[in-house]
Amino acid sequence: MITLYIVSTLFLIIVDNINMLVKNIFKLKNLKFSSLILLSACIENAPLDSLSPEGPYARSIDELFWLTFWIAVVIFVIVQGALLLSVFVFKEKPDSPEPKQIHGNTKLEILWTVIPVIILAVIAVPTVKTIFELANEPEDALKVEVIGHQWWFEYKYPDYDITTANVLVIPADKPIRLEMWSNDVLHNYWVPKLNGKRYLVPGQTTYLNLHADSPDEFWAQCGEYCGLSHSKMRGRVLSLSESDFEAWVKNQQQNANKLEGNSLAAEGQQVYLNAGCTQCHVIDGVWDVQGDRIAPNLTHFANRNVFAGAALYNTEENLSKWLANPAEIKPGTFMPNLELTEAEINALIAYLGTLK
Amino acid sequence: MTKIIEPSKQSSIFRRPSSETGIWSWITTVDHKRIGIMYGYAAFFFLLIGGLEALILRIQLSQPDNNFLTAAEYNAMFTMHGTTMIFLAIMPISAAFFNYLLPLQIGARDVAFPRLNALSFWIFIFGGAFLYSTFIFGTAGAPEGGYLAEEVGWLGSAPNGGWFGYQPNAGMKYSPGTAMDYWAIGLQILGIASLISAFNFITTIINMRTEGMRFMRMPVFTWMTFAVSFLLAFSLPIIAIALFYVTFDRKFGTTFFLTEGGGDPILWQHLFWLFGHPEVYILILPAFGIVSEVLPTFSRKPLFGYAAIVFAGFGIAFIGFGVWAHHMFASAISPVAQAGFGLSTMVIAVPTGVKIFNWLGTIWGGKLKLNTPMLFSLGFIGMFVIGGLSGVTHSIVPADTQQTDTYYVVAHFHYVLFGGALFGIFSGLYYWFPKVWGKMYNESLGKIHFWLMMIGFNLTFGPMHWLGLQGQVRRTWVYAEETNLQFWNIVVTVGAFIIALSIIVFMINWIFSKRNGEIAPFDPWDARTLEWTIPSPTPVWNFSTAPIVKSLDDFWHTKYSEDEDGRAVKRKEADQILLELEEDGLNPSEHIALPNPSYFPIVLASGLPFLGYAVIYKSIPLALIGTVLLLIGAFGWGTEPLEEEIHLDSDE
Repeated sequence: MITLYIVSTLFLIIVDNINMLVKNIFKLKNLKFSSLILLSACIENAPLDSLSPEGPYARSIDELFWLTFWIAVVIFVIVQGALLLSVFVFKEKPDSPEPKQIHGNTKLEILWTVIPVIILAVIAVPTVKTIFELANEPEDALKVEVIGHQWWFEYKYPDYDITTANVLVIPADKPIRLEMWSNDVLHNYWVPKLNGKRYLVPGQTTYLNLHADSPDEFWAQCGEYCGLSHSKMRGRVLSLSESDFEAWVKNQQQNANKLEGNSLAAEGQQVYLNAGCTQCHVIDGVWDVQGDRIAPNLTHFANRNVFAGAALYNTEENLSKWLANPAEIKPGTFMPNLELTEAEINALIAYLGTLK
Repeated sequence: MTKIIEPSKQSSIFRRPSSETGIWSWITTVDHKRIGIMYGYAAFFFLLIGGLEALILRIQLSQPDNNFLTAAEYNAMFTMHGTTMIFLAIMPISAAFFNYLLPLQIGARDVAFPRLNALSFWIFIFGGAFLYSTFIFGTAGAPEGGYLAEEVGWLGSAPNGGWFGYQPNAGMKYSPGTAMDYWAIGLQILGIASLISAFNFITTIINMRTEGMRFMRMPVFTWMTFAVSFLLAFSLPIIAIALFYVTFDRKFGTTFFLTEGGGDPILWQHLFWLFGHPEVYILILPAFGIVSEVLPTFSRKPLFGYAAIVFAGFGIAFIGFGVWAHHMFASAISPVAQAGFGLSTMVIAVPTGVKIFNWLGTIWGGKLKLNTPMLFSLGFIGMFVIGGLSGVTHSIVPADTQQTDTYYVVAHFHYVLFGGALFGIFSGLYYWFPKVWGKMYNESLGKIHFWLMMIGFNLTFGPMHWLGLQGQVRRTWVYAEETNLQFWNIVVTVGAFIIALSIIVFMINWIFSKRNGEIAPFDPWDARTLEWTIPSPTPVWNFSTAPIVKSLDDFWHTKYSEDEDGRAVKRKEADQILLELEEDGLNPSEHIALPNPSYFPIVLASGLPFLGYAVIYKSIPLALIGTVLLLIGAFGWGTEPLEEEIHLDSDE
């Protein structure tokens, strides 16, 4: 028991020290990397960058990654160094003697079995610790249900009775607990700057925690191959200050107003009601139906800066392209080409713009 | 040489085929060497197809939001690239090495079951052809209720559910049409081929070793063949069952993996990876074996830690069955399972490390001849170490949840399976080229091939680490311009074309050298194992007299002794011994019984695709044709004369 205690304490001390060391080196390294990036005109501001954490969960993963990375770099240098060294030193030369016929060395075998075991044990301790930390349900977390559809994410806030899509709006600096499942095939929810990935499985509930440091916009992407338009199953996470979030909640809880009169938007509302959109899309206050619909709730469509599984920005140009033929943009989509006329499309766009 | 067929043995209904040259001799052959060569060419053909598919993928990804391919075509291409490279290229090319070399390395005249060997080859050929016939007959489309703006086209009519076929996406509802049926049944047929050869090799190694070839005197390549055969024997039944479930779900309305019928899509992942992870070692262990032959030969030193390397290989094979859930760290598994599989994945790094250190120990202090095989083996170590280290980062579960399903993983397993397995395979192709063809390859072209491939490979797969960490997700047809991933994607595409160029250099070298290369001596590398004691190209009877083995690396010790410093010293009688061996090898002095060719392996194998089509199209006539072919094959197999001894005598 005592030995075990001493050994594990030693591990923890080593791990702590390496962590500190890594953090210091990492800062230095960050500088180097950024200058390198400028030089080679490569990746800057990659919105799906998993190496720029913006919250505590992603940060704990990031630290673990860099710890492993630097250990790997040391091993890499030793092994590749030994490889290159032996090639240059022992390359055949005209005067090379015949080599000594060495068959092995038991001490060395034990050494290079035990040393990796120790290194791995050092990595294993924080790994296991982090696994359980990430899995724990945080206290006072805001609960959001994430439902995967081919090819968009739906969000429900059971505490506020809100249903929305594509953009997950969360309060900044507060833990969020996602309860997730899929409506069809496997999906994989990923907001690289906030946490790792977690699958959405039909018939099962999975969980993922998010936590954003400050108000910002983050990119999400489906990780698991989920059919034709997997690549276009994207998303945004918008973290808001507490007051902004409260305002957003209030707004989301409002129904849409039924438009009267002869405006273009009112014409658009007629198109929405008559062209077939209501088969799948709900607009609370205009076309209420009980039960789930297979397409995004449009009540606050204009409030979201992206649509079509966040594959497109919410602009008039994009909307008219999308409404003309959805399958052109997202192959396999369940939204049919309704053969709308240009006038109908323009009216619909005007109407959608009113759904704040 | 004349062939004397004893009349008394011709009493059965069918006669055994007797052509020695021409197409029929190849179709009916049961000679392990010819089967090995056919395996090699077929696998290389599929390697080129898989490579072509990769180039098509890379053209599509060279620009953000590119429209070179449609989504359906892209998905079909990446599915077929993975499936082809794993099941139709790397696995059979390893089988080519096993077939050609295994009997030679243990001093045997053939494998234990020569006709089964032919059967396994023909099933592989028919399985591959069946799978690829999807481009002609297969259909694919949008999920039930979904819309497509344009026709899928022939390129998109291939399987499109990924080589991993995750359910329920690969089920009938979400992947309608027949393409995924071609995938499931095609893999089933290919699995039969691998199972048959696995049992054949296991039996051969246990029973056919020549006098004195104890287990601990076997070359490491033979050991790795042994390990791979056990891996195949234990892992293929798992995927066979899972594929039956899939086929039943798709064709006959069962719901093994469908939630709406009480099934579980995660069950498929467990079954698939319980096969899929040992499969990784099925792909890499042959390369470990090849490298363990090449390094000592070109270092002029014995393998460092022979026993450690052998046991590490078996350790890897064994632990390889206990790490499968590391493919599912983001999937629906509990934190306890994550921790357990994370730790077991770390553990497997230990025997792998032991191998690498022992290889370094082998070249350390040697006299390194940097011929092409040696360059590829050294390159193998360097590249495999990178793949191994990125593999360790996957065992850090939280980090893996960031990396999984991104190009980081693509980079990782290409460093293992291309930088590892394929570099090892090229090393072996150059190393044994003289033995197979009796000619030397062109060393300069070989070196150009190596360096081009080394540069192209690292340009292709190195940046993928970075791309993955920057958020490029796998299996994505397009990526948004705002993700800022363009620069490295162009580099990757350029790298892919450099690899293609290096393959062209390899093919030119192969074709040219096979025709016009210098005549190869029978021991061009001053090597250590039994296959170098016989003439090049290997005579049909392999060994004129069954060799007697007295130690590990017996051939080396015949040629060299050690002085008081432990340095190798050529024996005085070495040249004389070599001359005698050469004389002896060309003139078989005893009557040699070789297995006879047979028509029936190919007949039996030809029934399987018909049975496959019968399931896909639910057609009784096709099922009958398939069954009849199977029965004719089996009946003929059973009733053809067992032994029609061919005696080889020298004319002189």
